[in-house]
Amino acid sequence: MVNGERARGTTKSGGTTRTAAKKPTPRKKATTDRSVANVADPAFVQLLTPDGERVEHPDYSVDFTDQEYRDLYRDLVIVRRLDTEGTTLQRQGQLGIWASLAGQEAAQIGSGRALAEQDMVFPTYREHGVLWTRDIDPIMPFGLFRGVDLGGWDAQKYRFQGYTIVIGAQTLHATGYAMGITKDGKVGTDDGEAVIAYFGDGAISQGDVNEAFIYAAAYDAPVVFFCQNNQYAISVPVHKQAKTPLFKRADGFGFPGVRVDGNDVLATYAVTKVAMDRARHGQGPGLIEAFTYRMGAHTTTDDPTRYRDKSEEEEWRLKDPVARMRGFLEKQQLADDDYFASIDAEAAEHALSLRERVLTLPEPKPSAIFDHVYPNGSPLLDAERAEFLAYQESFEGSGH
Amino acid sequence: MSRLQQFILPDLAEGLTEAEILQWMVAVGDKVELNQPFVEVETAKSAVEIPSPYAGVVTEILRDAGETVDVGSPIITIDTDPNGEAPAAPESAAAPAAETAASNGAKIGETTADGRTAVLVGYGAKAPTTVRRARKGAAPAAPVAPAPAPVAAPAPVAPAPVVATPVAVGTVLAKPPVRKLAKDLGVDLRALVGSGPQGSITRDDVQSAASAPAEPVVVASPVVAPSAGDTRIPVKGVRKLTAENMVASAFSAPHVTEFLTVDATRLLKTVAKMRESDEFKGVRVGPLALLAKGVLLAVKRHPMVNSSWDAANGEIVVKEHVNLGIAAATPRGLIVPNIKAADTLSTKELAEALVELTSTARDGKTPPADMTGGSFTITNVGVFGVDTGTPILPPGEAAILAFGAIRDMPWVHKGKVVPRKVTTLGLSFDHRIIDGELGSKFLADLGRFVNDPKGTLLAWS
Repeated sequence: MVNGERARGTTKSGGTTRTAAKKPTPRKKATTDRSVANVADPAFVQLLTPDGERVEHPDYSVDFTDQEYRDLYRDLVIVRRLDTEGTTLQRQGQLGIWASLAGQEAAQIGSGRALAEQDMVFPTYREHGVLWTRDIDPIMPFGLFRGVDLGGWDAQKYRFQGYTIVIGAQTLHATGYAMGITKDGKVGTDDGEAVIAYFGDGAISQGDVNEAFIYAAAYDAPVVFFCQNNQYAISVPVHKQAKTPLFKRADGFGFPGVRVDGNDVLATYAVTKVAMDRARHGQGPGLIEAFTYRMGAHTTTDDPTRYRDKSEEEEWRLKDPVARMRGFLEKQQLADDDYFASIDAEAAEHALSLRERVLTLPEPKPSAIFDHVYPNGSPLLDAERAEFLAYQESFEGSGH
Repeated sequence: MSRLQQFILPDLAEGLTEAEILQWMVAVGDKVELNQPFVEVETAKSAVEIPSPYAGVVTEILRDAGETVDVGSPIITIDTDPNGEAPAAPESAAAPAAETAASNGAKIGETTADGRTAVLVGYGAKAPTTVRRARKGAAPAAPVAPAPAPVAAPAPVAPAPVVATPVAVGTVLAKPPVRKLAKDLGVDLRALVGSGPQGSITRDDVQSAASAPAEPVVVASPVVAPSAGDTRIPVKGVRKLTAENMVASAFSAPHVTEFLTVDATRLLKTVAKMRESDEFKGVRVGPLALLAKGVLLAVKRHPMVNSSWDAANGEIVVKEHVNLGIAAATPRGLIVPNIKAADTLSTKELAEALVELTSTARDGKTPPADMTGGSFTITNVGVFGVDTGTPILPPGEAAILAFGAIRDMPWVHKGKVVPRKVTTLGLSFDHRIIDGELGSKFLADLGRFVNDPKGTLLAWS
């Protein structure tokens, strides 16, 4: 069961070793393949090829029913469609900004579906897919990005923390939370709790993330660090800030690291399951590098054509996570065209209903900002609220 | 009933104020579906397609392609109920007054009971002007004339010469970058009258003060009556940036330009030989590549030419490497990408880098990083058939070379007047850093190189 350890032993032949001499020949075009993992590399976990062929891995496997395979496909299609609606709504002026997950669906659905009910998720601002796997109303981020949701959130109820905008900060929160789980004695059994912290390739350069690694290792905290390496920290390609494959960093901190094909929903499920089970049994933290690609812009405020080639996007389009799963279902004859059409229709329905609900989200009253700071209020805030209300009242026709 | 909806241009990123309409993807009379892209616009951040929030029929296109539109302006009218009868007044999706149109059964994108969709959420999509709400019980809001500021009349002890500068009382309002600009340009902020909000001093105020003549000279400028045939081109994008850079450079660095006409026959012969050689097989090497090599060699002999004036620190920064800028005319306008650390490249690598740089620039794909950090620039005006010019320095660079056309001219060669290939080099330099002596020596060295590349190469190596 603890085969994550064995996977780690095979990392020395990592596919991204660069041998090119560092010489100042700055006009030389950066080749993209130096950051592309070698598929034949055993340290790169893949269970589904880009064509949808099922392949085996010595350490990781999945055993799904036909329906479960189909459900994973449905998840992928729906979260992609909802995400498209986010971009659309922003373009129509209905959201201030949107951070698209396009291209990263498999990393999020695979890892999200591998979590146990009692596990706790610490997301970034892009984890709309993980949110979906926790059966949370997908409208949550839409309220935030529309500016009508002040961020109040019951993390215990949903086993999912609020979106974190600060890059990497949630890894420390996750580690602290995981240390608390240990102190509560909730690890060591099949029902044990574990924590998963999401972040990106840019965040792994942050001090916060490195501190989180140190504490998690020192305290054997039940936390899995799930890095979606989508190749770009906004505009900075990952090879500019990391000289070794990201998953190898775990070695230095003293816990296992594994690189998984982030566009393969089966593989991301398998490695996450193993890492989370290790953690919940008290065997300490793990790092997963989901090797994937951000097909769209960093956010709707960004224009990727300014810093990367179209050809690179086309290359990654051939590894598309949704098309890959569809190819698998077709090859295995687990679904037919009617099924695919019905899923598309269902996704469109979800998107339309979400759209309607977003457009009618109520705007909070200005005074709402005082409402959820402390559970039992505070004399200072009460005084400030009264002052603010009186000020609002002083205007003609104030119906705040 | 026919129901007309206007779509208002939202802020497509964070804090943008305008966008240019690149192309319309629909025409009047076309049917549009919900979320069907209908227009492509370009902002300062990116070019994007806008999907329609309405399903219906296009009844009006309000702004033309090529126009720059302020955020908050309506751009299209769509009839969401084309089979209805009486046309209704257009309803705008972002009209602040849309509360009146509140209806509970609002459809997508229409105004809801709480007026929510009436106000687009993108920052700045609301009405562009700030409307102050009236205070309860306040006196009728008559426009209050700004009271004359109580000027503390200084008791004149002695009749002092009156200085006609508006002396600001209290603090000067200006943002830090504007203050920095004023300091760099030697403009006294206290002497300016601000045109920005609350009388704050803007970048334009500083720049116009810097470019204004010290003495107000009244020039009877010929007032040209606008004719109907005049074309007015909005200043934006690359043109705007070029203008700002040129003004900043022209009015901060004292320019000196020197010219040298030289016999380039041997330069061309050398280029021809290089093209035939095995080493340069497949490399498009031209006179510019060789001249660039000459510049790099001459810079090695006169490193001060490759430097920058750091006004903030009161220092001259002599650059370790030459980031060689090449002025390129592109469909989008003038851009000056540079070859980083060009002095570390072999002649062949330099020629390859030049080819790549110019083709990337022409395709409009030059990454921003390539356009910053230049330290010496060549402008190849010769390709346009002119002899030379007085180039203006790119901001932060100490020298720029104009490479003129190479043409057959009568020339005294070995005591006889014979036709030779002749060109003119024009070198502008920042006189704060480079004196006439250094500039002349550098230019003369370049002339020697053009006249005899191989001999000079041997002599200097």
